[in-house]
Formats: sequence, C-alpha cells, structure tokens
Amino acid sequence: MTEKMTRQSFLLRNPSILVVLALLAVFTVAVTLLSQAYGSGAIPTSMVKVLGKTLCLALAAVAMDLVWGYLGILSLGQMAFFALGGYLIGQWLMYARTEGIVAASLAQNPIPPTPAELQEGVANQIFGVVGSSDLPLAWSFAHSLPLQLLLVLAVPGLLALVFGWLAFRSRVNGVYLSILTQAMTLALALWLFQNDSGFRGNNGLSGLQNIPGLDAVDQATLSVWFLWASAAALALAYVLAAWLVSGKFGSVVRAIRDDETRVRFLGYPVEGFKLVVFTLAAMITAIAGALYYPQAGIINPAELMPIASIYLAVWVAIGGRGRLYGAIIGAVVVSLLSSWFTGGRAPAIHLPGYVVNWVDWWQVALGLGFVLVTLFAPKGIAGLFDRLGGILPPQRHGRDLGPDGGALQEQEAKA
Amino acid sequence: MTALLEVDSISVSFDGFKAINNLSFNIGPAELRAVIGPNGAGKTTFMDIVTGKTRPDSGDVKWGTPPKSLLRMNEAQIAREGVGRKFQRPTVFEDQTVSENLTMALKAGRNPFSVLGWRPSRASAARVADLASEVGLAAQITRKAGELSHGQKQWLEIGMLLAQEPRLLLVDEPAAGMTLAEREQTTALLVRLAETRAVVVVEHDMDFVRRLNCKVTVLHQGSVLAEGSLDHVTRNPDVIEVYLGR
Repeated sequence: MTEKMTRQSFLLRNPSILVVLALLAVFTVAVTLLSQAYGSGAIPTSMVKVLGKTLCLALAAVAMDLVWGYLGILSLGQMAFFALGGYLIGQWLMYARTEGIVAASLAQNPIPPTPAELQEGVANQIFGVVGSSDLPLAWSFAHSLPLQLLLVLAVPGLLALVFGWLAFRSRVNGVYLSILTQAMTLALALWLFQNDSGFRGNNGLSGLQNIPGLDAVDQATLSVWFLWASAAALALAYVLAAWLVSGKFGSVVRAIRDDETRVRFLGYPVEGFKLVVFTLAAMITAIAGALYYPQAGIINPAELMPIASIYLAVWVAIGGRGRLYGAIIGAVVVSLLSSWFTGGRAPAIHLPGYVVNWVDWWQVALGLGFVLVTLFAPKGIAGLFDRLGGILPPQRHGRDLGPDGGALQEQEAKA
Repeated sequence: MTALLEVDSISVSFDGFKAINNLSFNIGPAELRAVIGPNGAGKTTFMDIVTGKTRPDSGDVKWGTPPKSLLRMNEAQIAREGVGRKFQRPTVFEDQTVSENLTMALKAGRNPFSVLGWRPSRASAARVADLASEVGLAAQITRKAGELSHGQKQWLEIGMLLAQEPRLLLVDEPAAGMTLAEREQTTALLVRLAETRAVVVVEHDMDFVRRLNCKVTVLHQGSVLAEGSLDHVTRNPDVIEVYLGR
C-alpha cells in the first residue's frame, strides 16, 4: 500500500519520465517500421545507425547532466569513459571475429591448430599493423564476452572512483577540477596513441560493426537491433537518474552543487556523494560508449580528445542542464543538426563574393549558438517548456524579498 | 561539572598574524554563553576551529565524555558528533523548498547509501511540519527558500539547526538583520534551547547579550580578556579600554 503510494507519487512528481518513455517508444517503433529490415525502407540503414548513435549520445548527456547539472562538477573528461566503454567492447568484437577468420584459414591445414597457434594467429592479425605479434596483457580477457562486458563497467567505474577520490579528497573544485578532468582524458588519449600501449595506436579498433556469431544477420537488421538496445538503455538510465535526483539523495546532491561548505556542516560526507554520482555517471557513459561504437564501426584515440567532452558539455548546456530531459533534447538536437550540417547536405549560402559552406561554418554557428543560449536562455531549450507551462521565475526586481508586509526590499537586503 | 567542549590553549596564525593566541574555553552540556569582542578578536576563527574548518597550530579541542579530540575529524564528522553552526549570513539552499531544506537537516543517516534508502515517513513529515511551525514558516513550507525574506531565511536556518538536534550550537550574530520583535523571539528561543544543550552565541550587540542574561566571554586579539556576568566584565578596566578605546 505505502509502496504503491510512493511509486505513484514518484511518477507524479516526475511527469517527464512518462513523457520521455512514451516519446522514446514511439520513436523506436516508428524507426523500426520505416527501416529496411523491418518496414518500408524509407529510412536507410545508415540513417538508422545515426539515430541509434544519437540515442547513445543522449545517454552520455544524461550522465553528464547528473555530474554537471545536479552535482555541479563541469567534467570535461566524460568522453574518456565513453571511449573506454567502446574500446573494451571493441576488444571482444575484434578478437572474436579475428579468431573466427584465423580458425577458418587454419582449418585447411592437415593438423588442427592448437589453442596457442590460434592465439598467435589472432595476435598477428590484430597487431601486425603496429608491428607486433604478441597479444598484450590488456587483451587477456578479450576472448570472453561476459568478462569484457564486466570490464565495460568495471574499468571506467574504477577509473572514476580513483580519480574522483584523489580529486575530491583534496577539495579541488570549480575550474581547477574541470582542467583536471580534461588532463585525465588527454593523458589517456596520448597513451592510447602509442603503438606499444596495446590498443593499436592511432589505428584504433575497427570492423566493430561485424558482430561475431551473427554473420548471417545483415547490417540492416543489426542496426535496428542496436537502436532497440540503445533506446532501452536510455530508458532505463533515465528512470534510474530520475529516481536518483528525486527524493533526499537528489536534494543533498543539489545542495552540494549550490553550497558545498554548508552541506559539510550539516554532517554529510560531501566527497562520498560526489564519488557515488561521478562513478555511476562514468559507468552509464561507458555503457553508452559500448553501444555506440559497434554502430560506428571504428574507434580510435582521437575520440578521447578533450574536445569531444566539451561538445558533450555544450549539448547539455544548450538543452538545459539541471533537468534530465534537457540533456536528451540538447544531445539529440545538436548532434543531429551537426551531422546534417557537416554531412554536406545543408545548402550553402551564396553571399556576394563569398559562399558560406556549412561544413566549414557549422562550428562557428554552434559556438555562436552556445554563447547566445548562455546569455539569453541560461536554462537552455528545456527552459522553453517552463515558459509554455507558465512556470516563470517571478519578475521581482526592487520588490519585497518575502511574502510578508514587513519583508526587506531587494535594495535593502543588498545594502 | 564536566565540560562538553574543552578548548585547551589553542593558537593559530595566518601568515604571521596570530588570529588565536593561547585561547582556552570551556562550556558545559547545558549552558548558554555569549562570546563578545571587537572586530578581529578571533570570534569567527574560534568557531572555525571548533567546527573543523581551520586547524590550530597548537593546542587541543576536546569533546564529550570520555573526551575525544575534534582535531582529527573533518567538518562533516564534527557535525555528526553534534556540533551545529549557524552562520552570520543566512545560508539555506535557495533552490529548494523549506520542507526539503528541513528534511535534509533532520537527524538521520548521513552516508550516501543510507540517504538513497531514506524514505519520508509519517513521523518525518510531522517533524518537518513541527519545526516549520516552531520557526514560523508553517505557511511557507512548500515555497522555495530563495523566495523567503532575509529574516525568514534566518529562521529557516535556525529550524535546520534544530532538526540536526545538536548537542552544541554555535550561533554567529543571530540578531543581524532582524527586527526588534524577531530579536526578542530569538532570545527566548536561545534561552530555551540552552536548557537542554550547550549554546555559544557570538554577538556584537550589547543589548542583545544583556537580554540573553548569561555568562560572557570577552575575546581580544585572539585570547580571553575577561569572563563572567555581563556586569562583571563591563566593569573590567581592560574591557572598557578595548571597547571604548583609549
């Protein structure tokens, strides 16, 4: 009885959950019915992949919103977790597929290959490109899907936990913390760029769109399956995040964002709360990455460069931080616009003497849009919903600060 | 009487400036104490040391029976031990409602996982309602704290302190920005609270201190200049010199 009441009130207090889930369901069904694999074929497979990837980016944006919009940490290293998720699932995808190919070619030999020969052949295939033929230690579990899936959660989670523990414990805050997170992702990227770090250097991992064991399934079908998986992950993460930020936990987290010192004097271990949210967000981001890169097909260390994480922050800011659906709106709108403008399909503007080519000018437009949103709509696109719903912050310049007659005027309070 | 808090000859200096100089201070488990002193006497630094915000260079701060040192704890641990602090400027969480502010302060598990598992109960809702009406904010309970007047924010912060159920309350200039009626209300509340716990009030305003009618500690240049009843300390020639100038 009481449980039912709390569940009802949880949904009642968060009407956005039902709206987001409903829209997501409608979107998924619509794309499926228009796909080449399951429907009319109006949406080409490449577009289905773009939409599926967009859902993964929205998932990363929801995690970013938890960290930035609710906890107040402008992390410029979130995409490190995203790419780590991609690398870790990519290890299995590449290993298992290469293993299949090597096994097939060795099967022609009169003597069946030993496991050691098989592994040597796989290592040669994968690492020949960086002039190595040994399987690095980091690939010890690459043969097993369950183990690599576990690592998808464990490695980014552990990285976030250790990094966060060190940073939060020494009370690094604000812009210094942002720089530190940026340094983390940059260091990781530079390490991965090296040939001998065991991740194929700047070649990265490729051929990830081919799922081992599913050779019979064509890309058109696979793309829809990944779209479903991405939509399901986004839906689950949205409900989890909404549950997390409602109630007392969310209250404390927002309080930490607004006045960390005061929260300490209430007796809350601020560092512990930061660690929980930061680590959880890293794990959600890693799942997003693990779903994204099989759709993208390739991952390389450039994906970890700080600019990717800055884009993520821009999406959340444009969508409206501090509300979860804002993050989704921002990621979907900006990344879809971005792929439209940079895909060469946007018509160029012919000015006298100059042609505005969107491939070159899109970033300028995005930067300008970011500045405009920051200046004129600090609540982002999601803030427009408030305006539609009539929830406006009271226009209160020079008025009483409080509800009672004797309350101070704003000017008095400032003095 | 065994002391609840025993500050034992602490000193702290910032860049050579001795903010606290060999200061000792005791307070019992149910006592009201006013700490006065001119600007720069070290009143705020004293509170910072007790609440763990600043570490002293020497000396010790002992708490409870059997006495344990507060110096090895961080701010949050000290707060969980039962030291509550009211800041001079009201610091409430403006983006959250009065009820959310009070709920956060309610005495309950403070670690992230017990907070995640915490659910509002009939008892907690009743406690929040009681606290809100005790500080005169019953009608404002669903409003955001940022919409309250300055005085109401002060009251909300006091309500949050009460919710924490501290054993020692440190109150920094409670009368600042309050109307005369509100001051009287505050005095009555502080006197009543001191019946069951230790309350230290740092104040500039002599009238307010007189109304508290309690033992007074005068700080000057980081150490205790005089201690006793208000009449006693105001007759002290050193105090007169510090307050009235030479």
